[in-house]
Amino acid sequence: MELQLSKKEEAFRQEARAWLQGQLNGPFKDLQGRGASGDQDRYVEERVAWGKAMGAAGWNCIGWPKEFGGRACSIKEEAVFNEEYVRANGPGNVGHIGETLLGPTLIHFGSPEQQQRFLPPIVSGEEIWCQGYSEPGAGSDLANVQTKATLVGDEWIIEGQKIWTSGAQYSDWCFVLCRTDAEAPKHRGISCILVPMKQASIEVRPIRQMGGSSEFAEVFFDEAKAQKDHVVGGVNNGWKVAMGTLAFERGASTLGQQYLFQKEFEQVVAAAKASGAAKDPIFRQRIAHAAIGLKIMRVNALRMLEHEGADLNREAMISKLYWSNWHRDLGKLAMDLLGPEAELLDGAPYELTPMQKWYLFSRADTIYAGSNQIQRNIIGERGLGLPKEPR
Amino acid sequence: MEFSFSEDQNELRRTARRFLEVASSEMRVRSAMESEGGYDAATWAQLSEELAWTALTIPEEYGGLGMSYLDLHPLMEEIGRALLCAPFLSTIGLGANALLLGGTALQKERHLPGIAAGKTRATLAFAENNRMDAVGVEATYARNGSGYLLRGKKSYVLDGHTADLLIVAARSKGSAGTEGVSLFLVPGDAEGVKRAWLPSMDQTRRLASVELRDVNVSDDALLGDEGRGWRLCERTLDRARIALAAEQVGAAEMCLEMSVEYAKVRKQFGRPIGSFQSIKHKCADMLMMVESARSAAFYASALAAQDGDGLEEAASSAKAYCSEAFFHCAAETIQIHGGIGFTWEHPAHLYFKRARSAENLFGDPAFHRERVAKRMGL
Repeated sequence: MELQLSKKEEAFRQEARAWLQGQLNGPFKDLQGRGASGDQDRYVEERVAWGKAMGAAGWNCIGWPKEFGGRACSIKEEAVFNEEYVRANGPGNVGHIGETLLGPTLIHFGSPEQQQRFLPPIVSGEEIWCQGYSEPGAGSDLANVQTKATLVGDEWIIEGQKIWTSGAQYSDWCFVLCRTDAEAPKHRGISCILVPMKQASIEVRPIRQMGGSSEFAEVFFDEAKAQKDHVVGGVNNGWKVAMGTLAFERGASTLGQQYLFQKEFEQVVAAAKASGAAKDPIFRQRIAHAAIGLKIMRVNALRMLEHEGADLNREAMISKLYWSNWHRDLGKLAMDLLGPEAELLDGAPYELTPMQKWYLFSRADTIYAGSNQIQRNIIGERGLGLPKEPR
Repeated sequence: MEFSFSEDQNELRRTARRFLEVASSEMRVRSAMESEGGYDAATWAQLSEELAWTALTIPEEYGGLGMSYLDLHPLMEEIGRALLCAPFLSTIGLGANALLLGGTALQKERHLPGIAAGKTRATLAFAENNRMDAVGVEATYARNGSGYLLRGKKSYVLDGHTADLLIVAARSKGSAGTEGVSLFLVPGDAEGVKRAWLPSMDQTRRLASVELRDVNVSDDALLGDEGRGWRLCERTLDRARIALAAEQVGAAEMCLEMSVEYAKVRKQFGRPIGSFQSIKHKCADMLMMVESARSAAFYASALAAQDGDGLEEAASSAKAYCSEAFFHCAAETIQIHGGIGFTWEHPAHLYFKRARSAENLFGDPAFHRERVAKRMGL
């Protein structure tokens, strides 16, 4: 079951495949599969070098317009590239927050000066970004951010705390939602400010997750400084910018992700055969159910990709809720069919097996990037036109 | 394969919806479901003669329109949405497909033009007792002069009491399992055929028993190769399952729409119940299931249109998923509607009952998942 590709798109696939396979079986072969989910805080230096090599060869930010250094690829081409990336076992991409979130935000809301300053180093892989949105008191209720920015002379002085910031330990910059008008209604007093991470007044404390690794961090701003003109989209206009950022996710990663899921599913099937669970009628039902679910995920994605240009369509809206639930169920199925052996680690002190990793990490899938509860609100309100909760 | 409906298919859907809003309004459904035949003859004449729905998938050489199996998909969705009461799934999904897949040129010439014109209503009588598989086939056939003699009792025959043409699965004496099963074309009014309506919980669909008391049929009544009929039966059923899956998608979507509309207008605690997350989240899950069910059925329909590899697995996947999606949506519709949702007066129960009967028809989800598991080599 494949995307319908034109000759040009098929040529693009071949070009991407040749480059990725060449690099990942050549100079970067030790990076294959490194820094994936559960492993994202490792091999950082090597992955930064990989990002620069991608940039030099023109493979970063391929969906961006040409004037900003991209290749103006269609969403189909982006999806194809992502699929080839995963097929080649490419490492966790440290540049992806810059490429998929901050970049499109600047292209849409940024000033020409901001675009010139910040976009080229994202394309070249030289500057790594993290996203400073969530706070202890502002998770699903993002408009409740309390981190404060005050203009003093030519600089913003920033005080406060962010949390769940992926890659904060190794990022060069952070785009931070700050409260810039404490008197205004909460959606109207927020600004999006670009803050350099390498300054003494910022402290990053990694958070250890239930799988043992530290992919997220807390970030403390203690009179951290940012340039006056590094506000995106105007002062007190940050809510609109933040909502825009979240809408830029086009679903291009979906085919690559499914390729990964397919591999995981195959391992579950192999484990079921090895353990004898494949002969058990109840496990047969559950495995077949997962297989059917994975096929449907793929058709959902292909339907979504054929819908290019349409507004947020139904297939796109259900995507996150669907895949996160499917993946979480797969983790549970893997543990269940292994029986007592599921408990045993690869080794001390806490070396998880690959299946234990997805089992634990898939619990985060239904929370980050809009929890299932928030996804259902969005589907209900934007997809079905149900009335909003009174607030 | 393209993963969206064409403009022509969308147009077919719009035309069907306009027609069914009148021809299969709730009032018309309720009136049809009270009759023994289970459908309205005038509506059948209209949809076959004026709209040519029965001709859609029949090749042009046999008096049809020669359209693809994917073209049938939007039509089936609309039929499900409107809970159309008509022997359409039996005639097109079972009868026409069996003839197309297994018929000789002569058999096709004899029967397909009648099906295309809506004159011949056909069905497949495969199940017996409580089984849907080959092992369940106990009816027998034996050579009798130049023809065959059929004996046995078929059950759960979709529209079996009104069909003009029955396609009957029977086995040779002493055979077992999938071996030795053959299919026979038997006129509904043949001597020795005793048929009876089996009143069932879902009144929008008709099931019947068909008893074969020493029924003689001629040589050319054999459909497909002698003794290899079960394979033909399965292939026919797979295509019918795909049509049914599309029907389930349309019906599930209608349940979602009814629920959403109600949740927008029904007020409790001073606000629409749809503003409560408990209701909103139910509707969101329904939407996710409806669109996913549509993907499963769409893929299977498109594969059937191309006669592609993996049709069996796609049909089973679609049937398993769409069955559960429709049932889930129909059940939630009752819950969201509260008290009115479980009254006779409200249409929610019609969908709930159709969902239940559709779940079982042509194999339930567990049956189909086991089939998928086998295909995966488990």
